Amino acid sequence: MAMSPRKRARVSRAVQYVVLAVLVVAVALVADWKTLGSTFLDPDLAREQFPDIISVALKNTILYTIGAFVFGLALGLVLALMRLSSVGPYRWLATTFIEFFRGVPALIVFIGFYFGLPIAFPGRQIPGGTFGVVVIALGLVGAAYMAETIRAGIQAVPKGQMEAARSLGMSHSRAMVTIIVPQAFRIILPPLTNELILLTKDSSLVYVVGLTFADYELTKFGREGLNDNANLTPLFLAALCYLLITVPLSIVVRRMEARSERAR
Amino acid sequence: MTERTRESGAAIDVLQLHKYFGDNEVLQGIDFHVGNGQVVCVIGPSGSGKSTLLRCVNLLETPTSGKIFIEDTEITDPDVDVDAVRSRIGMVFQQFNLFPHMTVLKNLTVAQQKVKGRGKDEAVECARRNLAKVGLAEREDAYPAHLSGGQQQRIAIARALSMDPDMMLFDEPTSALDPELVGDVLGVMKDLASEGMTMMVVTHEMGFAREVGDKLVFMDGGVIVEEGDPVAVLGDPQHERTQSFLSKVL
Ligand SMILES: Nc1ncnc2c1ncn2[C@@H]1O[C@H](COP(=O)(O)OP(=O)(O)O)[C@@H](O)[C@H]1O
Ligand SMILES: [Mg+2]
Repeated sequence: MAMSPRKRARVSRAVQYVVLAVLVVAVALVADWKTLGSTFLDPDLAREQFPDIISVALKNTILYTIGAFVFGLALGLVLALMRLSSVGPYRWLATTFIEFFRGVPALIVFIGFYFGLPIAFPGRQIPGGTFGVVVIALGLVGAAYMAETIRAGIQAVPKGQMEAARSLGMSHSRAMVTIIVPQAFRIILPPLTNELILLTKDSSLVYVVGLTFADYELTKFGREGLNDNANLTPLFLAALCYLLITVPLSIVVRRMEARSERAR
Repeated sequence: MTERTRESGAAIDVLQLHKYFGDNEVLQGIDFHVGNGQVVCVIGPSGSGKSTLLRCVNLLETPTSGKIFIEDTEITDPDVDVDAVRSRIGMVFQQFNLFPHMTVLKNLTVAQQKVKGRGKDEAVECARRNLAKVGLAEREDAYPAHLSGGQQQRIAIARALSMDPDMMLFDEPTSALDPELVGDVLGVMKDLASEGMTMMVVTHEMGFAREVGDKLVFMDGGVIVEEGDPVAVLGDPQHERTQSFLSKVL
């Protein structure tokens, strides 16, 4: 017998609740809660992680991320303008760069930078030590993604804006800088913030380069803690620290998207 | 064919202008003249090339062939300083094209400072003078999004005037406006005309053309079909295409 759509929806919802309840019960029965608790969040071990997890690890994660973001944003803007240039070689160069760094795993870029550059250029060093390496390697990858976002933003600015600026006598580049790019950045603020979230997480890749304790970021910190104590508490706390950064950022992104949705 | 020569005292002089978009010949040999201090209105059906002609005059479109003079400068000369030419010509668009990320005052000062090299005080003073002229002195701190279409268009006119242009181009300045807001904008344009501003106006406002225009030009299919005194052209059109167009819009 055919069910009415409303009745079918009700049955389907009931089935979903039952499945969920069965899963929860199964997990509760299988898990050894005491061991689980002490493995993930041992109170004494948790207390031991402070203040270093904040004053070293979280601080470094934020520093690496912001450094890479700023460098990546500046380079991304240059690449975006090159992609929109009327000069062919600029376009090709930018496209090659973007495709390369978007197509290669960030981990390879890190390894290449840290271990490859000293071999390729003996005696030379990237300024800024670990910070410099992270900012540049992570920034190059971020720049490739941000360049495409920025280019889309520039192209989303209505054509009349450039025409109005030019008709007032501004040169093309003057109009880009004062009229077009500022509007493009407003349009792409949400995707750029998403890029910041991705960079925050990608900063964990720095673990492949040998770090001294003062350079530890969250993942390295948690991993070392895991090795030393055979306990997941430090890693779990590190994960919570990431959420401390990324969840507020996602909320900001969602707010911005909702606002631009309403403005339409 | 007789080769037309430049008329003296011309603000805008267009000689045998052709413009192609790909294979599409949008302007098919336009000869067009605006005297100093004249108001010339351009009418014609959609797609007849009015905007393209207007945009060629400040090189937003590159003419395919022909010559355009702005006063004594041949702007179709490849060596001409395009930006310098444009800063002498004010342009007002159908869609206003105010800069949405800047306040009204900033909209009016930014080009004065960056193009004309004026100091901030001088730029602000000039901007305020022109805001007062369009009747919006009290809105200098507003952002464009908070203004009505009519107010935005008057700001756009004030922005163009703040560059102290020798002439003004208008491309259907009231076509995007609600009917009750059209009058304010036309009023500002009338004031400008009476101050002796040279103006080239693409418009569907036949009343404005009749009352303010020194000359009316009817375009169709990329050519100028008929031109002359607005009252005469509107009241007694000679050409059959003009008659049929006017019978539809009047
Ligand atoms: N950028 C462009 N590229 C290709 N064709 C265009 C472009 N701009 C205008 N045209 C074409 O040129 C013709 C005249 O357009 P336009 O000058 O805007 O007419 P009007 O302003 O009289 O309505 C139209 O057929 C239009 O499709
Ligand atoms: Mg048009």
